[in-house]
Amino acid sequence: MTAHVLAASVIPARAQMGATLGFHIVFACFGIAMPAVVLFAHWRGLRRGDAVSLLLARRWSKVMAVLFAVGAVSGTVLSYELGLLWPTLMGVYGPAFGIPFSVEAIWFFVEAIFTAIYLYGWRRLPAWPHWWTGVPLVISGILGAFSVVSANSWMNQPSGFTLNHGRITHVDPWAVIFNQATPYEVPHMILAAYMVTGFVMAGVYAVGLLRGRRDRYHRLGFTYSFATAAVCAPVQVVFGDFVARAIEQQQPQKFAAMELVSRTKPDVTEWIGGIFWHGQVYFGIGIPDFDSLLVGYSPHKTVIGWDAVPPSLRAPLPDLIHLSFDLMVGLGMLLLLLAAWQGWFAWFRRRLLMTRWFLIPAAAAGLAAIVAMEAGWIVTEVGRQPWVVYGYLRTSAAATPSAGVPVTLAVVLVLYAVLTAVVIGVPALMGRRWQREDPGDEPDRAVAPGPPPEMSPHPELR
Amino acid sequence: MTAAGTPSWETVTVGVGLVAAMAAYALFAGADFGGGIWDLLAGSSSRGRRARDAIDASVTPVWEGNQVWIVLGLVLLWTGFPSAFAAITITLFVPLAASLLGIVLRGVGFAFRHEAVRPASKRLTGVLFASSSLLAPFFLGAAVGAVTTGRVPPRSHGISTAAWTTPTALVTGALFVATCAYIGAIYLVGDARRRRQDDLVTYFGHRAALSGAVTGVLAAVGLVLLHSSAPYVFGRLTGVALPLVIVSVLAGATALTLILLRRQWLLRVLGALAVAAVLAAWGLAQYPWLFPTSLGLADAAAPQASQLAEIIVMGMAAVLVVPSFAWLYWLQQHGRLEHDSASVQLRRAARAQNQPVAPDAAAPDAAARPVRLLATVIVVAAAVRTLRERHRRSQA
Repeated sequence: MTAHVLAASVIPARAQMGATLGFHIVFACFGIAMPAVVLFAHWRGLRRGDAVSLLLARRWSKVMAVLFAVGAVSGTVLSYELGLLWPTLMGVYGPAFGIPFSVEAIWFFVEAIFTAIYLYGWRRLPAWPHWWTGVPLVISGILGAFSVVSANSWMNQPSGFTLNHGRITHVDPWAVIFNQATPYEVPHMILAAYMVTGFVMAGVYAVGLLRGRRDRYHRLGFTYSFATAAVCAPVQVVFGDFVARAIEQQQPQKFAAMELVSRTKPDVTEWIGGIFWHGQVYFGIGIPDFDSLLVGYSPHKTVIGWDAVPPSLRAPLPDLIHLSFDLMVGLGMLLLLLAAWQGWFAWFRRRLLMTRWFLIPAAAAGLAAIVAMEAGWIVTEVGRQPWVVYGYLRTSAAATPSAGVPVTLAVVLVLYAVLTAVVIGVPALMGRRWQREDPGDEPDRAVAPGPPPEMSPHPELR
Repeated sequence: MTAAGTPSWETVTVGVGLVAAMAAYALFAGADFGGGIWDLLAGSSSRGRRARDAIDASVTPVWEGNQVWIVLGLVLLWTGFPSAFAAITITLFVPLAASLLGIVLRGVGFAFRHEAVRPASKRLTGVLFASSSLLAPFFLGAAVGAVTTGRVPPRSHGISTAAWTTPTALVTGALFVATCAYIGAIYLVGDARRRRQDDLVTYFGHRAALSGAVTGVLAAVGLVLLHSSAPYVFGRLTGVALPLVIVSVLAGATALTLILLRRQWLLRVLGALAVAAVLAAWGLAQYPWLFPTSLGLADAAAPQASQLAEIIVMGMAAVLVVPSFAWLYWLQQHGRLEHDSASVQLRRAARAQNQPVAPDAAAPDAAARPVRLLATVIVVAAAVRTLRERHRRSQA
């Protein structure tokens, strides 16, 4: 009986979709951005004959392959789930919604093929051609992200189709792919992917540096990854402002929840933190008129509140959306500060800042970046509710009538918990093994000893 | 039975692309699943080590790419024939979820088995990889069987267990498993030959012959069952699609003979042809229906622009993916992606001694060969006779 009630509601399906998406997106980040970091180290290594950079690139490529494998699997799960959990969404909107996904399949292919070539080519491919086999990974990562995120932005701003008696009769593929939300969602996510990847990788080496392994290997590993993320951080913050204003225009309900605007009025207060309770915001820091100023460059600008639509069309859980939004912005600002700190030091002192007080927050930056990105997705996805296709299809109407969802939800949760543990554990194990090994003779495991510069193992690598 | 409208050329093209993606999945990912099945059956960890190492070396660089064919199939299905996709995912929720579990466990097991060092964790990931190789093809096959027999209603309202537990669907599931084992063994024969591991050529040769025979029997059983469970498809399989069926049977039989004669000439091509032809025959037999005699291709088709978009995607696949795949396989077949320590060392040792291993060394069980051939023929003949009798009885 309980199972039946659960199945009848849309909660298990949404929970499962949320869990798989939240899991997949972290791996997707590494699939999108890690090849660029690896190739940068690889390029420096080849260009300057630098064995340390080459060793970093080769080890990173192994980690990248494991993360890509998990991402590929969880991506396949998602493509199944779109049908298993949301058959109505696919059945009716598939002709439009499916197009960006189809394009993504191509980039997924390219990525899978060239990951294998790059990973297993270290030993026997000539050095520069081998480097070039990594380039398709960078391109397909970005184009793949573009395709998938444009599918999501289509759900937020559906366009390019004609609906006639519950059936799509005409489709304009370009208008589907380049919908109104594509220009801000896609770059926002790609930048986020580079920040997550860079800060997580930098965090690993920051921990090593904090533990006293201050050799060139750890310093370079930290620098390459931190630099990638640090370059993206200011762009992301400026861009985020553009995103928020676009959402205010296109999805006022989502924006109202993000900023806790309950009534449509001018001179809206910007709340930092806070919980909405019976018409009041508690525990928040309020800046009078600032929300209006941010939205319309004028303190008297009118902002649409959620009272503009009947309760059934409002975004649920405005507190969750608001706090997630604040968390994302707050963490983004802190990451920007961290990047600026190192940037300032590196620019004016001409050397890297490696003090304890810098490395401790740097070690936590990866986690912060992941949390910020997940919070951003909560804002996007929960904020779009009760719609799955904004303004067209309610989430509750899209869910599967099948009763099996609670079962698959349980399986997915257990499986992904194990997977998360393993996916953190395996690179950690690899790292510990690498610390013990002489980098000059890595065993013939997934990848055997590589290109020529390997011949002269640096004593400091140990 | 309502008549199905004539589908447009775009619809037919997307349909052909869908069958092609399935064929590619069966041939490439199917071979990887087959590798997993032989890994499962390779016996204790000491006895099966050489076979497992060989399987590992053959599957490792390519499995991820091969896995993507099913994603391409899914996107073609949901964009090209959205209502059919919705009906399939609702009705066949259980087998699809089970096959997905198989795909996930296999990927996870495979991704981590190289990093597992301790024997216990190595065994665990190995078991994950191997047992899930049975799950995925079986349940995918059962789902295909359910669609073929018209057990998926076009307007679906809930899970149906009856749809995929018919004898036809279950036999189709078993057929998919056997086909994977067959294709996998045939690929492994070629790889073992390339690595000059003669004992493994024999080892996988036996398995290819055995699974080939089982596949043939199951295919015959499936065909007989289709006569009553899917008369429309049966009629076209023995009618307009008959040439393709014959091609498949001939290719399969020739491949079987070649294995028994220990000739590897064109073995992979023939094995692949047998599988591809039977899939093509199935596609042709379904035409013009997507769900035989309840949902026509034309009725299920998405608007023309979506179909065109899918055709462009298929074109991109042809331009970008196929050459990349060809290159990947070329590199693998020419030993540029070798990573397996055992085979690398073996090759180095062979090169150092400068003595190629004698091809086709007389196996100790040479005398057993005619006996085995005879036994296979008898088993096949007996199975065919039993089936024919059953069939006659069911008609009477």
